[in-house]
Amino acid sequence: MERRVVITGMGIHSCLGTSLDEVRDSLYKGKSGIGLDPIRTEMGFRSALTGIVQRPVLKGLLKRRERVGLAEEGEYAYMATVEALENAKMDMDFLMKNEVGILYGNDSSARAVTESTDIIREKKDTSLIGSGYIFQSMNSTITMNLSTIFKLRGINMTVSAACASGSHALGLGYMYIKNGLQDAIICGGGQEVNHHSMGSFDGLSAFSINMEDPTKAVRPFDRDRDGLVPGGGGATVILEDYESAVKRGAPILAELVSYGFSSNGDHISNPNVEGPSRSLERALKQAGLQAKDIDYVNAHATSTPVGDTNEARAIDAILGANKPYVSSTKSMTGHEMWMAGASEIVYSMLMMQNNFIAPNINFENPDEASAKLNIASKTIETNIDIFLSNSFGFGGTNSSLIVKKL
Amino acid sequence: MTKEEVIEKINEFLVDEFEVDPDSISAEADLKETLDLDSLDYVDLVVVIESNFGFKVKGEDFIEIKTFQNFYDYVEAKVAEKVTN
Repeated sequence: MERRVVITGMGIHSCLGTSLDEVRDSLYKGKSGIGLDPIRTEMGFRSALTGIVQRPVLKGLLKRRERVGLAEEGEYAYMATVEALENAKMDMDFLMKNEVGILYGNDSSARAVTESTDIIREKKDTSLIGSGYIFQSMNSTITMNLSTIFKLRGINMTVSAACASGSHALGLGYMYIKNGLQDAIICGGGQEVNHHSMGSFDGLSAFSINMEDPTKAVRPFDRDRDGLVPGGGGATVILEDYESAVKRGAPILAELVSYGFSSNGDHISNPNVEGPSRSLERALKQAGLQAKDIDYVNAHATSTPVGDTNEARAIDAILGANKPYVSSTKSMTGHEMWMAGASEIVYSMLMMQNNFIAPNINFENPDEASAKLNIASKTIETNIDIFLSNSFGFGGTNSSLIVKKL
Repeated sequence: MTKEEVIEKINEFLVDEFEVDPDSISAEADLKETLDLDSLDYVDLVVVIESNFGFKVKGEDFIEIKTFQNFYDYVEAKVAEKVTN
């Protein structure tokens, strides 16, 4: 028998704040977390725009051995996971007595790779690299570190699927629990913010160069958008089997009711309409829902000219009949890439819990495709019973998650 | 570099980087036990010695280093050797 999958805890560390309360307030106020990174200008980047994320101080919280292998994105993921576990009422004793897994989205760890290679170039001696870089430099850095720190004994794996990594991580967690293979999994996504990780992306001219007012740079769906702005941090969502959650008296925040996915089978970087449409259709079908049931769509929309247009067409084609509210929180956070699919579930959950839809800031003039959507350009006070969150990535990987209030 | 300076520098990075309780440091204390060293920590010890004293420790040299005093003496001798060369 298929089991129901619920969310019992969340945690967030992003450019909108370092706790759920801070982030909820930023979302409600439509506050941008975007700024300029002077190093990028110095290094010849086309764009110095980035999400400004506070680096946590872990000395005193974690032992040296637990810290040395933790890359930047791992630090954010750790902070988000501490908050999520606390909210889910899972302490170390629980983690050690029960089989809890971890599935986290991450698709790079560039700083560690760059710095350790620089040491080899300079010293010509690998024994002077130190012990931490190997554990920091692999894509699975977050899951390998957090599983050690939290003594996890269930499924332990990183999901790398470009900008849909975090969303697929939750989707896979949903599958494991739904099929009875695990009772609880720490899911999420992490994203490094350092300039090392963004140089080659900047080289594609994919980033906004609207640097005069950084808070205006990300303009998903707006006619005058000129590219995305990278951001990052860590977002954790605890997924749990409904019965197990009830049995242990866990706070049940919502139900994850479906995981739609697809691959475009097309261009490596140019998205299309057909692929995301299939992901949306699959998500609806799996949940046994109709387009009219969706109250809010947290769009993937990153603020690139082609991506937003194609997503607007897909949303209109599959969900357009009843014009659900649509907004892209990337207008405030920038594109949190490997983390985005997880953080946008947290953002949407905060909206659902607090009865509002966060604005798609900087949406001033629609284009032909976005004019067909019901885009929330200002904060809207409304009840959300069911929301859908889209994430798409390079290679044409798509993921759509649907969450329902309980 | 004097013997005292070597000791001071070693104790400083052991406290700062290896988070050793300053009160647990004494000449006769067991280095491995006090620092709670595993094989990965030795890799970092090599790096920190190189960056502080400019020479590279060979893994086998650690076999003979049991106490803090052994460690101070070893580093001091290596530093002196470097100066002589």
